[in-house]
Amino acid sequence: MKEAFWMIPLFPAVGALGLLVFGSRLRRGAVSFLGCLTVLASFLLSLASFLGLSATAAAGGGPRIKVLFDWLDAGRLSAGLSFQFDALTAVMALVVTGVSFVIHVYSVGYMKGDRSYARYFGLLNLFVFSMLLLVMASNMIVLFIGWEGVGLCSYLLIGFWFEKPAAAAAGKKAFLINRIGDAAFLVGILFLVLFVGGTEFRLIERAALNGELGAGAATLIGLLLFAGACGKSAQLPLYVWLPDAMEGPTPVSALIHAATMVTAGVYMVARLNPLYSLSPAALETVAVVGAATAVFAATMACVQNDIKRVLAYSTISQLGYMFIGCGVGAYAAGIFHLFTHAFFKSLLFLSAGSVMHALSGELDIRRMGGLRRHLPLTYAAFLTGTIAISGVPFFSGFFSKDAILTKAFASGRHVVWALGLLAAVMTAFYMFRLLLRVFHGQERLEPSAKARLHESPPVMTVPLLILAFCSAAGGYLSLPVVFGKGLDRFPRYLESVILPGAEAHLSRGTEWLLIATSTAVALVGIVLAFLFYGRRTVVPETLIRTFPRLYRLVADKYYIDELYGAVIVNPLLRGSEAVYRDFDVRVIDGAVNGAARLTARAGKGLNVLQTGRVRDYALALLVGVLIVVGFLVL
Amino acid sequence: MPILSLLTFLPLAGALVLAFLPRRREVLLRGLALAVALIALGLSVGLYLSFESGTGGMQFVEHAPWLGSGIEYHLGVDGISLFLVMLAAFLVPVSMLASWRSVSSKVKEFLIFMLVLETGIIGVFLSLNVFLFYVFWEAMLIPMYFLIGVWGGARRVYATMKFVLYTMLGSLLMLVAMIILHGRTGTFNLLEYYRLAGSGDWLDPRLQVWLFLAFALAFAVKVPLFPLHTWLPDAHVEAPTAGSVILAAVLLKMGAYGFLRFALPLFPEAVSKFLPYLSALSLVGVVYGGLMALVQKDIKSLVAYSSVSHMGLVMLAVFALNFEGVQGAVFQMVNHGLSTGALFLVVGLLYERSHTRRISDYGGLSRQMPVLSAFFMIAVLSSAGLPGLNGFVGEILCLFGVFRAGTLLAVLAVSTVILAAAYLLGLFQKVMHGPISNPAVRTFKDLNLREVLVLLPIIVLMFWLGLRPGSVLRKTEASAALQVSRVTGRSSVLVSTPAPSPLKAGKFSPLPLIREKRPAEEKDADD
Repeated sequence: MKEAFWMIPLFPAVGALGLLVFGSRLRRGAVSFLGCLTVLASFLLSLASFLGLSATAAAGGGPRIKVLFDWLDAGRLSAGLSFQFDALTAVMALVVTGVSFVIHVYSVGYMKGDRSYARYFGLLNLFVFSMLLLVMASNMIVLFIGWEGVGLCSYLLIGFWFEKPAAAAAGKKAFLINRIGDAAFLVGILFLVLFVGGTEFRLIERAALNGELGAGAATLIGLLLFAGACGKSAQLPLYVWLPDAMEGPTPVSALIHAATMVTAGVYMVARLNPLYSLSPAALETVAVVGAATAVFAATMACVQNDIKRVLAYSTISQLGYMFIGCGVGAYAAGIFHLFTHAFFKSLLFLSAGSVMHALSGELDIRRMGGLRRHLPLTYAAFLTGTIAISGVPFFSGFFSKDAILTKAFASGRHVVWALGLLAAVMTAFYMFRLLLRVFHGQERLEPSAKARLHESPPVMTVPLLILAFCSAAGGYLSLPVVFGKGLDRFPRYLESVILPGAEAHLSRGTEWLLIATSTAVALVGIVLAFLFYGRRTVVPETLIRTFPRLYRLVADKYYIDELYGAVIVNPLLRGSEAVYRDFDVRVIDGAVNGAARLTARAGKGLNVLQTGRVRDYALALLVGVLIVVGFLVL
Repeated sequence: MPILSLLTFLPLAGALVLAFLPRRREVLLRGLALAVALIALGLSVGLYLSFESGTGGMQFVEHAPWLGSGIEYHLGVDGISLFLVMLAAFLVPVSMLASWRSVSSKVKEFLIFMLVLETGIIGVFLSLNVFLFYVFWEAMLIPMYFLIGVWGGARRVYATMKFVLYTMLGSLLMLVAMIILHGRTGTFNLLEYYRLAGSGDWLDPRLQVWLFLAFALAFAVKVPLFPLHTWLPDAHVEAPTAGSVILAAVLLKMGAYGFLRFALPLFPEAVSKFLPYLSALSLVGVVYGGLMALVQKDIKSLVAYSSVSHMGLVMLAVFALNFEGVQGAVFQMVNHGLSTGALFLVVGLLYERSHTRRISDYGGLSRQMPVLSAFFMIAVLSSAGLPGLNGFVGEILCLFGVFRAGTLLAVLAVSTVILAAAYLLGLFQKVMHGPISNPAVRTFKDLNLREVLVLLPIIVLMFWLGLRPGSVLRKTEASAALQVSRVTGRSSVLVSTPAPSPLKAGKFSPLPLIREKRPAEEKDADD
């Protein structure tokens, strides 16, 4: 049983295989049962492994490692298919399998009636398998298998309704933009092999601690890998795929594009913390990119009218927070925010899904309003999520966000801290704006939608309640030190993996002041939201009229997509077309054919009937070859 | 049992038998041809199983006098040729099965040409006598010429002429070089050449340059290296499915194989002179092929340009001239054979239903043909190098080899990761996703059992090689190391005890399987 942790990914793998190959022949009940059961089994085994780990943690000893088989082995490049289980893996595995299970159950209700029901659950299982591979890998190459695997599932699930051109395009866009990051990631792995001699995490840690790895090498590798993280975790400048990813089914958005996959970059940085800690430059980059993304994405969340897109920008912004944590060296705080965010953001997405379910797929918050009377359970769930993410004291988001901001301040990066606060104001603002526009105020529903308005069935609302409980209570796993000694259980649990750095100590007074500031900032955001959207929407309308250009700029997402299109995509496509037409066909091939024609005209005698063309070609080619040969020799 | 001769000439014998059967008995003809190809496949599997992985030299060597004056019958197999032979033996029966319906005219001739082609291809990979190699090399052109010229598309004559002339022109110069080589050494024996080249008493460097160029040209056309690639899209587009599959999957490998087997180890001093140019051309091919694939409107020419890009990476890894690079190149050749073969088979299946290759004529097929959609997706992912499938293993090995030869080269070559995803997923999206724009699509039937049987073995191999790459790498490593040492003069010695996994041993030290002996050279290898 001690070694059984390697079987955690096995269940969803079997589930995926069964559902994708034979799913269309199974009854729906069997599909739901198989799909949910495999993930539940994984969750239970994760729980057992976690408990087993806690029991043996006191006895010391490194991570448990299980090599399944030697996978890749050629010269200096070698990697076994091997898993490891330590404190960080335990946390990630629990979050992944736990949230996945809840979302699988929710999907039974949400996807009821979809004609590709089995494909949906098969892909969802495949995703859980890939994600587990990612968090349980004991080396970078297996991590990369999982990394690409989740990307593939994301692609397939965003484009789940592939008849819709927008969905198909969004899936492809997500995959391609991720691939840009992955190309850098791959180069990072190659450098890792070169400098460290392998990609096992224990090897990397040893090399980092022994001083075998210099700061320059750590910076190079750290930045290349972080470029991959910017793709996967939707940070500047590669975040553009995530808003479009909302074309996928809402439970997919909750699971993949909020709770789990998009946090893979944060996990990777935390996992390689010995390497990143060697390089102040890489950490600085992580922190600055995180802070910039947190603010930038939050501004867009403030003006979007699509309920899922607001949540998508919010996710980008919150991921930025997690990177702030990692970048200031507080990896545990980053992971803690990942942990609480998994609950409240999936809760928000699933609640949004419940709203869409009730309104036959409506996404535009301008056609909602006053729904709290019709959807009381959904409202309660959404409210809990909103409070948690906004940083209202004693809910989970408050503790995790405060931990990051305190550490940022303590590290002396005051600009990063200030940007974090700014993002916090906006977070509270846009979330309450969303809450007020959807559930409060006048009902602005389409008449047809109103007639069919209904609360979701228990199979969907029970998952909401579970997540709501976690969102409210999850923060108590780690309280600020000022609340009492020994209450910061979460970072201390991770200490075996995340080496505590030299911490600048803050006085009790400063810590209280910082907590008070975070609280005040959240309240300011909430009050602003009520002033803007509480009763009437006079203030925002006036603002839009006063600054129409600024409003359009933000509402049109700073035209970043258009910019990428105009500067990168179109020139590349147009250029390639021109090269194909004018160079490949006309110059290269034209030289071959043209030389043939020329010789034909010059030497009529040679041009006997149709077979003459054969020789023409031969001659033309010979000439061409001689030119090339001559060129190379001279 | 002379297993190599049997493997080489069994298909030819089958073709002879076929020639005497009445052309009206189509089922008998097809069945017999398929049976012969399957027996050859079985033989190649037997070869694989009895192949010893520890040694880098030639195995199952058959040596007999033939025409005199150095022209001998001399066959042998090593880790590099083993898998190329297997690839050919595997894809010929698959192509026959795929052509069961699509080739309906002159069936007998078609099958005979396929079998003759198989003999030619296997002979090329197994010949250890340079003259014998040349005979197979040229002989193989004849059936290919007819396969494209008779069963091809509208512009088949133009395409097949272009293909044959391009190839023949290169190989004529190679023949001249071979004769000069014979004049200097008095033999056509490749192994003798290796011995002489290693002894220090070898050709004058100036002569090496000319001979190398003659060989390199023949092989560069075949690969094809940029800018000698323009025959490829034409030949692919016009060839019937079976022709495209064999052409892309096996024939292109002859170019890369030729570099590895002949051009590089025989003329080491010339190689050092031309290596930067050849690497540069390969790199251009990687990027250029990818960009051209991005803008193609015909499915087959898209896959053809993707081959230019993929083979560019293979050649870049070959020219890296290190162990990982050559291991990766051999592995990637097998991968490219499988993935491009599968893509052409898929295109063939689509063509049989729609009679068009224009991408814009498709759209929304996934709902109509879920099984084909799944196979197509897996082939696309294999070609794009998704980890877990075969393509990734080859790609990362190639890139690592290139990386060790030159960081910048590898960084630029990594763009293939992005480009391949872009053109392949773009193709998949336009053909399979979106609404159905062409009403004819609604009448398309999903794959039948025969069609599933055509694709399924390839898909299984993609997963198998992706998960257990050792089943190839263990057999190729000794030969790869030997071949690298022949070119670079650096002896790569296999550490005889298997390197213990650092985890199992409980301690960490980078344990490269291959250690290169001259430490003075280490620096430039790591630059």
